[in-house]
Amino acid sequence: MKAHMLKVTIERGPDSRDVFDVPAHESQTVLDVVSWVQQNADPTLSYRFACRVGMCGSCAMMVNGVPRWTCRTHMSKVLKDNAVTIGPLRNLPVVKDLVVDMDPFFDKWVGAEGVHHGSLTRDDPIAAIDETSETRVEANAGIECINCSVCYAACDTVAGNADYLGPAALQRAWTLLNDAKDEGRVAILDAVSGSGGCHNCHSMGSCTTYCPNDLDPMTAIAGLKRETAKSFFRRGR
Amino acid sequence: MRAAGITSRAHPLWLAYILHRLSGLGLALFLPFHFWILSLALTNPARLNGFLAFTDIGAVKLAEFGLVFLLAVHMFGGLRLMAMEWLPWTPPQKTLAAGATALSFLIATLFLMQAV
Ligand code: HEM
Ligand code: SF4
Ligand code: SF4
Ligand code: FES
Repeated sequence: MKAHMLKVTIERGPDSRDVFDVPAHESQTVLDVVSWVQQNADPTLSYRFACRVGMCGSCAMMVNGVPRWTCRTHMSKVLKDNAVTIGPLRNLPVVKDLVVDMDPFFDKWVGAEGVHHGSLTRDDPIAAIDETSETRVEANAGIECINCSVCYAACDTVAGNADYLGPAALQRAWTLLNDAKDEGRVAILDAVSGSGGCHNCHSMGSCTTYCPNDLDPMTAIAGLKRETAKSFFRRGR
Repeated sequence: MRAAGITSRAHPLWLAYILHRLSGLGLALFLPFHFWILSLALTNPARLNGFLAFTDIGAVKLAEFGLVFLLAVHMFGGLRLMAMEWLPWTPPQKTLAAGATALSFLIATLFLMQAV
């Protein structure tokens, strides 16, 4: 049987794109295809991955114009006329080929106060958490984020406003706001109500549509909009 | 993303968003003109009558329909956003609400078709 070939276009710069013929396999992922190109056709191709099982969040790329985790996206899902176009993630500076600089994404994570605000020390007893409480359920809904930046790449508001904190960072702020062990309420509300904050979001929902972990940043951000507004009317409480 | 275009926009919430923005911009462009025409009732009634005669023309009627449509689209879009963001819906509730709205629009349209 003759090997079935795929036509793979890889964007390597603003005006440069290379086309490769890649042998098709069963259960082949987009990351498999990129790896095949790097190992067999062009060793200078740069790309990033680590876990290959959807845990680390390092392999996201634009696939036919849609941001996806490439290690868990099957070619069968994205092939159009036996061809596919792969490019670097949108909304982040390109370092080389398919590698983007994730610094702005993580800086905004911190900018949204997406850090632990503890008040206890190791000598204090561990506080019990009620897994069924409303706030814990709300926090749990968003904690499985793998920092892949797919939502950040999907968001047009990020594209239009370099200061916008973006869906992932704001969602983390929302989980912390609902976390009984986090004492950062005032700092978080302050961080997410600024000029780059949650009120920039137009609820266009691309974040929620494309999050590979089925998280819902859009709804988390709506929660922040309500909390910041309530706190405004209560004068900061 | 130059090459394949940004196909990640092709989903219902994004389409609702762009519809709302375009209708909002359309209204913003039209309303100053609308109020200026209305002000003619006070400042220059003869000229207003001239404009009103204009509204008998078919094309102008169609344009008027478009404006009312814009306002309706924008208002429902705005109400949709406010309901979605200010009420803590769960995803299944959102789906149900969207389905119910679509169904009631369908029925309303059927009645409208029967009326005309
Ligand atoms: C009639 C005159 C109106 C004009 C000229 C107008 C214009 C606009 C414009 C240009 C936007 C920006 C769209 C965007 O950011 O995506 C907007 C947003 C908005 N409008 Fe209107 N609007 C009008 C009436 C209304 C009405 C009647 C409602 C509600 C019942 C409404 C609710 C909203 C809301 C909630 C937004 C925020 C949208 C977003 O975050 O994307 N507007 N409007
Ligand atoms: S819902 Fe908000 S955060 Fe999500 S893609 Fe739209 S504008 Fe961006
Ligand atoms: S919210 Fe989803 S899409 Fe966004 S970074 Fe986290 S896992 Fe990725
Ligand atoms: S390589 Fe780790 S998520 Fe894809």
